Amino acid sequence: MTASRLATGGSAIDRSRPIRFSFDGASVGGFAGDTIASALLANDVAIVGRSFKYHRPRGIWGAGVEEPNALVDIGGPQATPNTRATTEPARDGLVAKSVNATPNAQADRNAFLDRFSRFIPAAFYYKTFMWPDWHMFEPRIRAMAGLGKVDTHWTSPGTADQINHYCDVLVVGAGPAGLAAARLAAGAGLCVTLVDDQHKPGGSLGHRACEIGGKPASMWIEETVAELTAGGHLILPATTAFGIYDHNLVGLNQRHFDGRRDTLWRVRPRHIVLATGAIERPLPFANNDLPGILSADAALAYLRRHAVLVGRRVVVATNNDSAYGVAAALAEAGADATLVDIRRDGMPNATAKARLVKGRALAAAKGRLRVEGVTLDDGTRLDADCVLVSGGWTPTIHLFGQAKGKLAWSEARAAFLPGDPVDGISVAGAAAGSVSLSEVFASSEKAVASHGKTKAALPLSTGPEATGGIVAAWPVPGSKGRIWIDYQNDVTVKDVELAARENFVSVEHLKRYTTLGMATDQGKTSNLPGLALMAGITGRAVPEVGTTTYRPPFTPVPLASFAGARAGELMAPVRRLPLESVHRESGAVFQEYGGWLRPAHYGGRGVDADRAIQDEALRARRSVALFDGSTLGKIEVIGPKAAEFVDFLYYNTMSTLKPGRCRYGFMLSENGVVFDDGVLVRLDEHRFVVSCSSSHVAAVHARLEEWRQDRFGRDAVYIHNATSEMATLTVSGPNAHKLLETVDLGLSLDDADLPHMAIGHGFYGGDAVRIARVSFTGDRSYEISIRADRAEPLWAHLRQVGQAFDAVVIGLEALMILRAEKGFIVIGKDTDGTTLPHDLGSEGPRVKRQTEYVGRRSLFTEEASRGDRLQLVGLTVPSGEAPLPTGAHGIKREGDRLHSQGFVTSSYHSPTLGRPIALGLIERGAARHGETIEIQHLGKVRTAMITAPCAFDPAGERLHA
Amino acid sequence: MQLFPCPFCGPRDETEFHYGGDAGNARPDGAEVPIERWAGYLYLRGNPKGTAREIWVHTSCGEFFVMERDTVTHKVLSSTAFGGEHAA
Ligand SMILES: [Zn+2]
Repeated sequence: MTASRLATGGSAIDRSRPIRFSFDGASVGGFAGDTIASALLANDVAIVGRSFKYHRPRGIWGAGVEEPNALVDIGGPQATPNTRATTEPARDGLVAKSVNATPNAQADRNAFLDRFSRFIPAAFYYKTFMWPDWHMFEPRIRAMAGLGKVDTHWTSPGTADQINHYCDVLVVGAGPAGLAAARLAAGAGLCVTLVDDQHKPGGSLGHRACEIGGKPASMWIEETVAELTAGGHLILPATTAFGIYDHNLVGLNQRHFDGRRDTLWRVRPRHIVLATGAIERPLPFANNDLPGILSADAALAYLRRHAVLVGRRVVVATNNDSAYGVAAALAEAGADATLVDIRRDGMPNATAKARLVKGRALAAAKGRLRVEGVTLDDGTRLDADCVLVSGGWTPTIHLFGQAKGKLAWSEARAAFLPGDPVDGISVAGAAAGSVSLSEVFASSEKAVASHGKTKAALPLSTGPEATGGIVAAWPVPGSKGRIWIDYQNDVTVKDVELAARENFVSVEHLKRYTTLGMATDQGKTSNLPGLALMAGITGRAVPEVGTTTYRPPFTPVPLASFAGARAGELMAPVRRLPLESVHRESGAVFQEYGGWLRPAHYGGRGVDADRAIQDEALRARRSVALFDGSTLGKIEVIGPKAAEFVDFLYYNTMSTLKPGRCRYGFMLSENGVVFDDGVLVRLDEHRFVVSCSSSHVAAVHARLEEWRQDRFGRDAVYIHNATSEMATLTVSGPNAHKLLETVDLGLSLDDADLPHMAIGHGFYGGDAVRIARVSFTGDRSYEISIRADRAEPLWAHLRQVGQAFDAVVIGLEALMILRAEKGFIVIGKDTDGTTLPHDLGSEGPRVKRQTEYVGRRSLFTEEASRGDRLQLVGLTVPSGEAPLPTGAHGIKREGDRLHSQGFVTSSYHSPTLGRPIALGLIERGAARHGETIEIQHLGKVRTAMITAPCAFDPAGERLHA
Repeated sequence: MQLFPCPFCGPRDETEFHYGGDAGNARPDGAEVPIERWAGYLYLRGNPKGTAREIWVHTSCGEFFVMERDTVTHKVLSSTAFGGEHAA
């Protein structure tokens, strides 16, 4: 191939703006408007990549999205692997590298693999490297295969925008069919959005010269675009409709070339017109993958758009009419063109502008690193530096297929066309099998006809019309030489034959077995030839073989587009305490707990965390601790059936609770498993507050709503999640009462008025406060709830008066130690998805309750009554030893075999007790207090004694101290 | 991505909804319910091919409702508010 840039012409390029970029380290010159591919061709770069498996040299095949060979990795801030050189604009300073080639495409050191190709058929690697283990070989084989490289150190310079969009009609494709459909729809008063993956609208009109309404097509394009723009319709160039999802949601990926990331559009159109054109197929002949063999239509596109003549001595091989114009155009541009038509009669009424050989097909291409000639099926040799092929046209019906549209085989077109219509989708133009411009326009009219009368009129085409004559030329089984079906995945006729021999005859099996139609091009050029070959091998008709399932995306979409702004905190937003900034000033070290950002401990980042936590826990027991418990759930249940409702929702009977009192209880799931625990407060006859676990608020709220709406009715109960309305500040410890007496809260704190598990109402600074005598530490505690926006003065006040009592502000980690000392559980940590309430020692309601509650029946199954259930226990190790690892298993030995008999769920060093403490779920644990068991972790075995869960103040005297 | 019609808010993106189970899976009350019946309530699902009656919740407004849809075509056939009564 000796490709070159012509001195004049090129509708897409701007010769006044030369650009320079690098390809495989070499500097390449071009013009603004070039793609990487057109610039490489203009510089006669024949080899642009290496094939997936055999590392064969590969050149540019197409001029658009169908490109299987010319993939490049783009470097720099806009780094993108596996970009198609045919659609990627060449721009100044761009750094592009060929894929699957080391060090570069021209001199690839793995090219030797091709000499062993006959020993590397489909599935070779999987079949060969089975012993002893595929995984031993996999990394090296994977490193050798594959396409572009992902730079794992690269980070996106910005986030991709995402836009939700609505319109009456979305037209996909701005070729003649799409432009016509858009114009007609606009004329019918509809709001139109027109998208096209090219930079300029026009589609095939950009290189297939014709006249529309007596004027050059370019004028009609301009006029149409102007009219749509003036009408306020949206035209998106450089935008690919990559997927149609359920209920006709269309995904668009819009490219920008100004440093911005791509934009993802989610479009909900009332109607979709697919005017997506058609893709030219290769022809089967030996070595049909050599560089210098291009799609005929692509060669015409390069000539007209970029003024690139792809060769000097050109053989154009075809089985259809569309290549005649290509041969003529190349001859006119100065190439020595020979047209080889497989059809005995050639194209009817063709005017000979090139040498024509009728009734002959190519048998083989000759040449080593690029094409040097061809052999015809009669043995004739023709010299050539470039071979253009047209094996017919495959309508681009991917989106129609994604929308579950059925395809219909057309023998006349030798292709699948859209079959029965899909709701809300019509197909126009070449995608629907139209060939001539008048057919195309008629199909556009039909596509929008159902939307009412249009004021727009389409001009009648006046130029000579394209014809669609074709004789199918599918790959034939038993052919000589290596005939490529799928360039990108190195699938040859022989691989498909092997698949058939091994009975992978279904298209879906064929695809997985041979990788035909996989990877970045998804078989845009190869699928139909591949399944036609399978049809030939198995003696079936092409439609009997069928196609593989069409799935999005049509072309690769950067993951950044799908991610959009959803990264970091926007991906998983944390919930924040109203007093967060106050805690930060106090040196709180924050961690996320169940979605909440909470102080783990205080003392600043530099401090030894373990020591700080131990110190907080120790001081909390000695005098008094202040703790921000604002995350605690506060879900109000209000209404005439509120008492009945909480009875049903809780395992424990709650309706007997007196107003002003609290009760601890479990909520179960219907399968009996403990779902949440916490305190229920009865404010008055018809009003309760559910204090659920911090991380469970949303789930508990959803559950309450579900039962309310499903069983109790909207008028009987009302549920209000007030969790974030109030901050809850906890004062806990032997001196809690004394400390609070120095603060005027407008109520009596005497134990007679406010005993343990009671609530009181008061005021602080004019704001109502609710004080609950509830304890998660085992010490006398007061939980003071106040409007979140008024919590700061109260917190400051508590800290200030606390100084006299050596009060300590504690984080969540210290609280975890305090509660574990008491044997208080954390749901999901000390329980799992099998834990029933009686496993935690709460047997009463199960035995005594006569009324219905969630999960009740599940507590009486065979499983629930097993004697060997895991039960909550304490685990004690000798003082001086390290705490048990959380997750370590209790083991029992049967001969040589070890069996688990439960596991450690919580484990800490208790500063107050001066020894490790632990909780666990152990088989029959409740009846085994005092027994010593073996605990194993990572192969190390220790012993621990089973005890009651509560290790500190088992009589509970400190609650009242 | 499907569009589901919330009876209260109109058509909204499916990501705003949670599935709430088969409609008509009435809860048998009592500790004496035959275990097969209870297991059926807990675990057995129709998984029909074609028309399905399902409970969904629109998480944005919090309302549960019954939606009929075709599990093959994903066409939504109807959506009705609970209306306060037990969903049968
Ligand atoms: Zn709603």
